[in-house]
Amino acid sequence: MRGVRGRFGDRLLHAYTWLIILWLVAPIAVMIAFGFNDKQSKSNATWQGFTLKWYGELFAIPDLSDALVNSLLIAVASTIVTVVIGTMLGLALGRHRFRGQGTTNFLVFAAISTPELVMGASLLSLFVSANVPRNQITITIAHVLFSLAFVTVTVRARVVSLDPSLEEAAKDLGAGPWATFRQVTLPSIMPGVLAGAMLAFALSIDDYVVTSFVNGSELTFPLWIIASVKTGIPPQVNVMGTLIFGVGVLIAIVNAVAARRRT
Amino acid sequence: MRRLTPYLLALPSWMWLAIFLVVPLAAMASVSLQTGNVIDGFVMTFSFGNYGDALGTYSTQLVRSLGYGATATAAMLVIGYPVAYWIAFKGGSRKSVYLFLLLLPFFVSFVLRTISWGFLLADDGIVLGTLKSWGVLSADFHVLATSFAVIAGLTYNWLPFMILPIYVSLERVDPRLVEAAQDLYATRGTAFRKVVLPLSLPGVFAGVLMTFVPATADPVNAQVLGGTGNTMIGNIIQTEYLVNNDYPTASALSFTLMAVLLVGIFVYARVLGTENVLEAAAR
Repeated sequence: MRGVRGRFGDRLLHAYTWLIILWLVAPIAVMIAFGFNDKQSKSNATWQGFTLKWYGELFAIPDLSDALVNSLLIAVASTIVTVVIGTMLGLALGRHRFRGQGTTNFLVFAAISTPELVMGASLLSLFVSANVPRNQITITIAHVLFSLAFVTVTVRARVVSLDPSLEEAAKDLGAGPWATFRQVTLPSIMPGVLAGAMLAFALSIDDYVVTSFVNGSELTFPLWIIASVKTGIPPQVNVMGTLIFGVGVLIAIVNAVAARRRT
Repeated sequence: MRRLTPYLLALPSWMWLAIFLVVPLAAMASVSLQTGNVIDGFVMTFSFGNYGDALGTYSTQLVRSLGYGATATAAMLVIGYPVAYWIAFKGGSRKSVYLFLLLLPFFVSFVLRTISWGFLLADDGIVLGTLKSWGVLSADFHVLATSFAVIAGLTYNWLPFMILPIYVSLERVDPRLVEAAQDLYATRGTAFRKVVLPLSLPGVFAGVLMTFVPATADPVNAQVLGGTGNTMIGNIIQTEYLVNNDYPTASALSFTLMAVLLVGIFVYARVLGTENVLEAAAR
């Protein structure tokens, strides 16, 4: 029954899968390539030869550099806050039974399913109504908000999969609640916490929609790029994108190799 | 003390979600019923007419956004399902490599990815320019600033979010079930339709949820890839808020968009026979 036709179908699907992967990575290849483009005119639209010039002049556009620094600082700050309070909530939901648990689950679901646009718009409504000036702090507040639920869900999944008898054993051996947490619970949920941290960082550094509402006059990396679409994207943006891409891929690979070693 | 632990653990997040999610949504609901302008301030007048006015002016963009979102989601499902299927059943020991390749776009900023994609499709860019110089396409052929470009961009940007949940549900399907079906004289097609497809529906459900909402509400693809004739509701809301400072209209539009999406999700969940959307999403 599954002779030649079956094998032919498999090959076709195999080729198709690669075609889709190619489609997904094509724009990345374009981004990387045009960071090496020796452009002479104002626009960076046609290939004019290879150069490393833009890597040397990476910080030649002060506004762009400021925007990138803003993005990095906000990503670090929001990741720290999100990981701390999101891990706490993940522990509460995964390990304990308490009143209001259903409501909390609903809030977490609402935070994930609210469209970014609505989240940004409603935060702006609040800040405008309460006369809060918009700056890096309001951006950080917004980033914590949209990452929080993702970190919570990631940590909760890890907590639920743990064997509670480990913690009981620690208690039986005379460890107090804090020692039990630090020496037993925290190390065993660490993979979930780290995954949540990476997710929060990635979501923050990538965000355009929510940030565009609460930024005031501050620009982040994605906002600077959108603002310069009309005048033409300078090659430095491609270089920064390439470097962020490279670091991200490197961390992911190191992480995957480390995870394989552990098992 | 032990009893208080979960409450203490949950407290900071509760406060964050209450102050920055629940209160703002309430603030937006209130603003959507106010009248006034940014100089003299806004006063609550319970003017439900704001909704009628906003919808009267922008129903085209709202309907267009829902159409683009639905078309892109359907395209993702058709394009993505075979990929998820092949990786789940034939990926063998290299499954994680394929998944990693599918996730590569997420290491590039969403905005930058969309711009690069527009770059590929530019009138005299790498693809169209080459085809034009070969004489395959006429000189005035263009893709950018068409609804096709926007829908293709949406499809491109959220495709992995469709593939991954479907992959997860297919990966759980025991291949022996398919073998059993074939032993019982089911053809490959029948085995797929009666065994694999039903078992993958939770993944399809999750994939559609994860892609339809953000694709419909996205302003970036329409702004970068579409022309003036393809503005989506996201662009309108952004402009009304940030350029025109017409907060009541923008709030009314945001609420309408959220309501339409929520109703859509519930109807969709009903049709698919999932009793509890929350439960399905929490899994």
